[in-house]
Amino acid sequence: MQVIRRIRSRTLVLPAADVDTDQIFPARFLTTTSRDGLGRALFADWRFDAEGRPRPEFVLNRPESAGCSILVAGRNFGGGSSREHAPWALLDYGIRAVISTSIADIFFSNAVKNGLLPVIVDEDTHQWLLAHPGAELEIDLEAITVALPDGRRAGFPMEAFARHCLLHGVDELGYLISCLPAIEAHERTNAR
Amino acid sequence: MTKQTMFEKIWRAHEVVPESAEAPAVLYIDLHLVHEVTSAQAFRLLRERGIPVRRPDRTVATLDHATPTDTRQLFGGVPIRLESAARQIEELERNAAASGIELFGLRDKHRGIVHVIGPELGLTQPGMTIVCGDSHTSTHGAFGTLAFGIGTTEVGHVLATQCLLQRKPKTLAVEVRGKFAHGVSAKDLVLAIIAQLGVAGGSGQVIEYRGEAVRALSMDERMTVCNMSIEAGARAGMIAPDETTFTYMRGRPRAPAGAEWERALAAWQQLPSDAGAAFDREVALDASDVPPMISYGTNPGMSIPVNGIIPMRNDESFLKAMQYMAFAPGDMLAGKPVDIVFIGSCTNSRLSDLRAAAALLRGRKVASGVRMLVVPGSQQVKQAAEAEGLHEVFTGAGAEWRESGCSMCVGINGDTAPAGRYVVSTSNRNFEGRQGQGARTLLASPVTAAAAAVTGRITDPRDLMS
Ligand code: SF4
Repeated sequence: MQVIRRIRSRTLVLPAADVDTDQIFPARFLTTTSRDGLGRALFADWRFDAEGRPRPEFVLNRPESAGCSILVAGRNFGGGSSREHAPWALLDYGIRAVISTSIADIFFSNAVKNGLLPVIVDEDTHQWLLAHPGAELEIDLEAITVALPDGRRAGFPMEAFARHCLLHGVDELGYLISCLPAIEAHERTNAR
Repeated sequence: MTKQTMFEKIWRAHEVVPESAEAPAVLYIDLHLVHEVTSAQAFRLLRERGIPVRRPDRTVATLDHATPTDTRQLFGGVPIRLESAARQIEELERNAAASGIELFGLRDKHRGIVHVIGPELGLTQPGMTIVCGDSHTSTHGAFGTLAFGIGTTEVGHVLATQCLLQRKPKTLAVEVRGKFAHGVSAKDLVLAIIAQLGVAGGSGQVIEYRGEAVRALSMDERMTVCNMSIEAGARAGMIAPDETTFTYMRGRPRAPAGAEWERALAAWQQLPSDAGAAFDREVALDASDVPPMISYGTNPGMSIPVNGIIPMRNDESFLKAMQYMAFAPGDMLAGKPVDIVFIGSCTNSRLSDLRAAAALLRGRKVASGVRMLVVPGSQQVKQAAEAEGLHEVFTGAGAEWRESGCSMCVGINGDTAPAGRYVVSTSNRNFEGRQGQGARTLLASPVTAAAAAVTGRITDPRDLMS
């Protein structure tokens, strides 16, 4: 997994609240057994019309969105399905962090496990970000802050272990495997 | 001894390493359910790293999500129409065989939707931790288990170690008092609960449903309620096991038997939350206030009584939902025309759901121009329904009777609704495009769905019930 310390980028803003995993990654693309190239399906039904042509008004299709790797989303982002295709598609497209006031549980956990940084900010910061699309931000995972262009900094919560894994590119499976002796002991005492 | 909730009892019994400030708990998983859509990448990861499946004996696989429900494709020698689905099915067949995991294969009489067959076979047992790469794993909580959905990376973790890294969630008690009114079902109750909590209202929490009205529910109904916990954003939903649970479990093929049954029963009886145990949060509602419900928007929290009117709201997600659904605030839903009726999904496709829908349909016809699809949750449900002649009620009324699977709940198996059409569905999600690109879903109970099929319009089922 990629090491994350700082992410510097202009923002893409998608203000709708409750954007669910079926919007991020429509179900009909789920019948894949791979995890590569999923960025093409990202927000597919908002990005493309019925004939597959890009809808020019959708934020991802605007020229100024090219190269942005921070997505500012409306409240309660990523609800719904456990499909990890949602964070895979965001990462494949080039998004490295998602900022909102709340992010659904399973999506949050799936994001962290893949090196997509979920950033939960306070209401005021969120309102400012929604009102300033394209703002240049710096997310610092060591300091656990988001720096706004005017120099203000907002902290965000990040679970210690997840932060450690992201900062060092450690994957959780390695840690779990190191717990195997304890797992075996648990199985011996709880054998059914 | 401090008083413990059922969640705490189960959590503690499965802590391999308790959580600390630095690291989440290592939580032991008793039962891992696997299906064809969220497992391939996990098996591949294990193969690449040379890690074997640690406990194939605690892993059970089925085919449901991408699997067609068309009888000819399963039993008639017609090839599976969707090539990508056929590939996913073959890949799970190969992965299961290579790892020694039991798979309920395409033509197995025990195959079905993962959350229907677990309980049906007695694999789901009180006190267990159960996970699956599907968010509606919360269904199994109806038996007093801690059951939740996980992503594919975590599927890999469980395959490799039988454990997960988890921070301990908070607890939310939802107390349901009173008695259900006539024509009101568990689906209506859970839609009302979600409308009250909001789609993120249960975030970071495990819900325990309790109270007189919950105790009165059958196991099928309890599963419907726990199933939709995730639609309130909750990590899991659970209901304490009681006589209803034990009666359901006794004699199931994989349930303990003989002396083991007695031992298991004694342990299960210790599971319910201690009297006076504290929850992080408590809410209450009265079942007698709940009418038949229906969703009008693009998430399950946007639900109202079937004879109610769409409220006035001004936020962006509401306005977007109105545009997608082609509804307006102040609209009355009852009387609006529908195109398709879907009875199925892990929320409402068990025998009692089919019986309720059939009772309303008996002696009636599906309105002309309406397509009705009835998809039993498992092959066992199908067989039981056929033994009672329910399939003849459905086909006689003009509905399609299918093989089991997720079908139109997720629309990746050939069963989809066309853009712009209105689908009254007994499934659990009305997200944009969930049942097909541009399709408009209205979530409701089996009887409300059946009533819509008969009249071709959104209808209060009580108008058609004797
Ligand atoms: S029926 Fe729907 S919700 Fe249930 S397991 Fe299948 S896809 Fe998931």
